[in-house]
Amino acid sequence: MALQRSDVEKIAHLARLGLNEGELPRITDALNSILGLVDQMQAVDTSGIEPLAHPLEASQRLRPDQVTESNQRDAYQAIAPSTENGLYLVPKVIE
Amino acid sequence: MHQLTLAEIARGLADKSFSSEELTQSLLGRIKQLDPQLNSFISVTEERALDQARAADARRAAGETGPLLGAPIAHKDLFCTQGVRTSCGSKMLDNFTAPYDATVVSKLADAGMVTLGKTNMDEFAMGSANESSHYGPVKNPWNLEHVPGGSSGGSAAAVAARLLPVATGTDTGGSIRQPAALTNLTGLKPTYGRVSRWGMIAYASSLDQGGPMARTAEDCALLLQGMAGFDTKDSTCIDEPVPDYSANLNAPLQGLRIGLPKEYFGAGLDSRIADLVHASVKELEQLGAVVKQISLPNMQHAIPAYYVIAPAEASSNLSRFDGVRFGYRCEDPKDLTDLYKRSRGEGFGVEVQRRIMVGAYALSAGYYDAYYLQAQKIRRLIKNDFMAAFEDVDLILGPTTPNPAWKLGAKSNDPVSAYLEDVYTITANLAGLPGLSMPAGFVDGLPVGVQLLAPYFQEGRLLNVAHRYQQVTDWHTRAPTGF
Repeated sequence: MALQRSDVEKIAHLARLGLNEGELPRITDALNSILGLVDQMQAVDTSGIEPLAHPLEASQRLRPDQVTESNQRDAYQAIAPSTENGLYLVPKVIE
Repeated sequence: MHQLTLAEIARGLADKSFSSEELTQSLLGRIKQLDPQLNSFISVTEERALDQARAADARRAAGETGPLLGAPIAHKDLFCTQGVRTSCGSKMLDNFTAPYDATVVSKLADAGMVTLGKTNMDEFAMGSANESSHYGPVKNPWNLEHVPGGSSGGSAAAVAARLLPVATGTDTGGSIRQPAALTNLTGLKPTYGRVSRWGMIAYASSLDQGGPMARTAEDCALLLQGMAGFDTKDSTCIDEPVPDYSANLNAPLQGLRIGLPKEYFGAGLDSRIADLVHASVKELEQLGAVVKQISLPNMQHAIPAYYVIAPAEASSNLSRFDGVRFGYRCEDPKDLTDLYKRSRGEGFGVEVQRRIMVGAYALSAGYYDAYYLQAQKIRRLIKNDFMAAFEDVDLILGPTTPNPAWKLGAKSNDPVSAYLEDVYTITANLAGLPGLSMPAGFVDGLPVGVQLLAPYFQEGRLLNVAHRYQQVTDWHTRAPTGF
């Protein structure tokens, strides 16, 4: 089932991507062509096959719950678009 | 001096034929003179390089030795480099100065390597032509009207043009091996987890792996030695001893069993490339290898599965680029949603947006089982094919790419046709296996690569076979005219 323009608008919203209205037809075509390729998967019989997440099937390593990093807030905030008193600034969220 | 390989540079520095500072000066001059034709660098870090070179010379004068001490390198611009712009080829990170070093960067710097700069790449490593970079396309030094491959196209073009001997790359679906093939280099994607991903800006975390790009297998061995190893900061890195990759380069190939998968020689492969691949097999047979026909029946499903798994992981990884903490922020956002949407809409290029949307769709409610889970099941079928094949053979050999480098722009309006160029490389990423591409001849003056795949952690075997092949052939020594 091919994606419609409204589907693409919904996906773009989910991904928080602001698209130009004029680009929507081209993006819809491109996504449909990619999904057409991807849909070839549906013909593969995978019944009884376990999904593979890590190629070597390693499990997540655990470590002792200890502080290992020093505070580098100033270094990390030096590259932020906007900060004040150690906080990240964004447009007003609550009136 | 620019013709020297990393191994030759190591010898020259050791016997004091030249200093690291002299070498660095010479290569920086060459980059300045020749790179405007190629666009292989996003940033050239001249002052830093000269400081590092002088420091390396001082370490050597104090008695320190080592093959990488004072040797030049460039990093693909997705390895975070402290104090240096790390753009990932994107407008989103054009203003991003990394606050720390990637593990690969710090390991190689500790070994004394001199970083000449950061190389151009497809935006967020998404591409096979290096045309999606915010900083413009990279040209192939073998023909400036053709693409160098991608996504590590800047590293490939720079090393192929003798601007420097080696560079780092990363490979998520072929992004080291394919540009290596298209520019006459030797490039190695290690086993998943062999090289730390910490500080490597993520595209698809279960597939991404950093590795060396060089003109010879011997140089790949030297560079991989400096890159590989366990890192507690990367939760998927494997704690496995690192062998001496240079020790067995000359091991005999007598009795080596090489499998040729019939699926690698089917429709879609340029017959002139098939001929060159078969010629390379003949050379290996003369060195003692035994060839067997094999089958990897699920290979045809790899591209569809990859184009679910990689975009799904990308849509999750790239959610961190939100215009709040670092990177691009749009002008005058009206509210928080507008800030997110316009920062991401303006900061990401077209191909990155496409993949984020494919991923967001595949992961969205109601589609997860049909897409992501099905793709991961196919991933296991592909791994199982390889495990069965490696019962009977030691290595798998085939073409790296179905076609030589295409013309700039030829595939830029048709994403799917570019995706299909990765048909032979993607399976190694899905299965996590090590793979190497080595030069094997030319078609219309454009380089052709042969790919070798090995069982987990057998990078040494790949380097051994490629090195022996390079002792009896001279394809890898050919340089592009004008460079």
